[in-house]
Amino acid sequence: MVFSRLRQSLGRTRNRISHALKRLGGDTSSADTLEALEELLYAADVGPLAGELLDEVEKQMKAGYLNGPGEMPVWLRERLLEVVQGPDGPPLPLVEDGPTVVLVVGVNGSGKTTSIAKLIHHLRSEGKSVLVAACDTFRAAAVEQLTVWCERSGVELIRGQPGADPASVAHDAAQAAIARKVDVLLVDTAGRLHTQKNLMAELEKVSRILTRQIEGAPHHTVLVLDGTTGQNAVQQARQFGERVPLSGIFLTKLDGTAKGGATLSIGHELGLPVLFIGLGEGLDDLEVFNPESFLDALLSPREEAEA
Amino acid sequence: MLENLTSSFGSILDRFRGKGKLSEADIEEGMREVRRALLEADVHFKVAKDFSQQVGKTLLAESRLKGVSGAQQVVGAFHQELTNLMKSDAPALPANPGHPMVLLLAGLQGAGKTTTAAKLGLWLRQRQNRRVLLAACDLQRPGAVDQLVTLGKQLEIDVHAEDPTQPGVDPVGVAKRALAAAKKGNYDALIIDSAGRLHIDDDLMDEIGAVHKATKPDGTYLVLDAMTGQDAVESAQSFSAALDLHAVILTKIDGDARGGAALSVRQVTGKPIAFLGVGEKPSDLEEFDAERVAGRILDMGDVVGLVEKAQEAFDEEQDVMDYQRMMSGKLTMQDLLDQFKMVKKMGSMKKLMGMMPGMGKMSGLMESVDDSQFGRMEAIILSMTPAERLHPEILDGKRRRRIARGSGVEVSDVNRLYKSFQQMQKQMKSMQKMLSGGRSKKRLLKQMGAGGKLPNMPGYKQN
Repeated sequence: MVFSRLRQSLGRTRNRISHALKRLGGDTSSADTLEALEELLYAADVGPLAGELLDEVEKQMKAGYLNGPGEMPVWLRERLLEVVQGPDGPPLPLVEDGPTVVLVVGVNGSGKTTSIAKLIHHLRSEGKSVLVAACDTFRAAAVEQLTVWCERSGVELIRGQPGADPASVAHDAAQAAIARKVDVLLVDTAGRLHTQKNLMAELEKVSRILTRQIEGAPHHTVLVLDGTTGQNAVQQARQFGERVPLSGIFLTKLDGTAKGGATLSIGHELGLPVLFIGLGEGLDDLEVFNPESFLDALLSPREEAEA
Repeated sequence: MLENLTSSFGSILDRFRGKGKLSEADIEEGMREVRRALLEADVHFKVAKDFSQQVGKTLLAESRLKGVSGAQQVVGAFHQELTNLMKSDAPALPANPGHPMVLLLAGLQGAGKTTTAAKLGLWLRQRQNRRVLLAACDLQRPGAVDQLVTLGKQLEIDVHAEDPTQPGVDPVGVAKRALAAAKKGNYDALIIDSAGRLHIDDDLMDEIGAVHKATKPDGTYLVLDAMTGQDAVESAQSFSAALDLHAVILTKIDGDARGGAALSVRQVTGKPIAFLGVGEKPSDLEEFDAERVAGRILDMGDVVGLVEKAQEAFDEEQDVMDYQRMMSGKLTMQDLLDQFKMVKKMGSMKKLMGMMPGMGKMSGLMESVDDSQFGRMEAIILSMTPAERLHPEILDGKRRRRIARGSGVEVSDVNRLYKSFQQMQKQMKSMQKMLSGGRSKKRLLKQMGAGGKLPNMPGYKQN
């Protein structure tokens, strides 16, 4: 079930790649192979890492390796598995006592609020009690959007006045989370571009306030990343991570034609895992990230995947 | 935006700079790197391939004809090709619109449609003095209607909104009633915000198609996130096929995206980029200018942007300095002092330097530029007598020592300032020559561009 939906979602990407890989496996010159590989990697948003991989392949081919039919896809999968990072155990392990605080950050329009809705649903289905803090006091009507989601899931929402200091909302929410003894406090924040210094400082403040209220909080900080993002994704992960140490990525909008290949660059350059992927618009459209099935869906030929 | 592309192009061009005449092998190797630089900047695969081939072909033809010598031709070929890639003669707004002019915004979720609707409304009011009505037709995303209503209130732009939870309220109905309201209220423009989807699907296309049919917009814009990767072209293509787009609005340009989408969209869809969303404030919307962006990528500097910025500051305080006199080369220390004040008004020095030709490569150095240094220079000038400020040539050793003491710096600092001042004076003279015979911005840009000689900026040596 899990696999089939992921496969379905990545279907269009996979078709393109397996088509290119079939060409790779065929009786082609090394120049053609390299060109096909270049196209498939860059077209999947793999970015500068693609350049490194291409150089590696070229070297190997010159040394007489990887020339046999089908050798390349196998090598490529193995090589990419070294790069893709998934969660080590449960994606958001809970602390023994007291609420586990999860801070959710990301750029504008990456899908934070929808992802929070999915996380609520995910945690509730595991029997956890959840409280949500609406710290996006900047975007007009952001709180209303979150209110709708929380009402649908029957979860309490702590909110401030529009334009209120997000840190004060975080403070109140942390207090409420302790008082109500909930398992998880999810903290939604306003979308901000990683280049906006004052807004990034504001984020640090929210994080600091949480630490002051609850020991070790935020226990997890999740960067919500739009799956259609190109190489800017690495910058996002790097610069958010410099302000609030990240636990991992929630990759959204991964259906349609999105590739999510930029996460390979993130794994390669920052060693940051992908924790969840968002596959659709429904509340239950969330999967815990699995590197193998992600790559298989991405790389394996259609017949194999459907067997 | 575009900094990464600028620096990788910069290093490729540097390689060409060292050589006298380029061999075919040089060109081929260079173009391979160009292709990779483009790909790493999110330029669509096919576009990157065509682009490097086209530039390579131009250079090869030239080298066979007369020999390509050094960087000038390479820069020229690049600039030409980059401009071609993005350029369009189509105006940002549709020609001959009806009354009211109806604009429809389409796009994927999170691209920034609602924010852009408000920004565009403000732009039309401020730049074109139009009375604008916004229509909240995104009934899909919870809170979208509230968001537009709130933005409208903040900007004092009227919004036609209906409660999406009421029966019978659907996007087409809202759009129709908004159009009727715009006509009745004698508005000059109607901007329709629409629902986004996670990806292109039939529901989305049906809905926006129905809104399109019901309102017959004068222009439909695709709102596209500049940080999008290879997918940008795919969604642009699908929307373009379904909706007869007028142009694209590229958002979140300030997120240091590499700008690859900007380079690709025009080429693949044939639709120009009309506006750029350049910041979080409602006023952060700019008309797109292909030549300017191409120049910036090639590090020829955003001279027009610089002039415009300076112009804004001039407008605010006309009497800050005697522009004419300064341009004729009679620069005084007083002018310099006034300039420092103006720089403060125009914003950070780093930002300004980023717009100057040849400065992109120095971005590392720019990080170390400390605006406080300008404070120090200001202090030095403030320690001068009026006579010294107007006639700096009288600054002898004794006077310099006094000034250094007065401003708390070393004599060498005063000397350095004097030297930069002399360079600037020279600079002003050469700029004056360039500008003589009409000060049209286009002309200025052309002279700064491909064939022209780049002027030396003070303190920075051109190689």
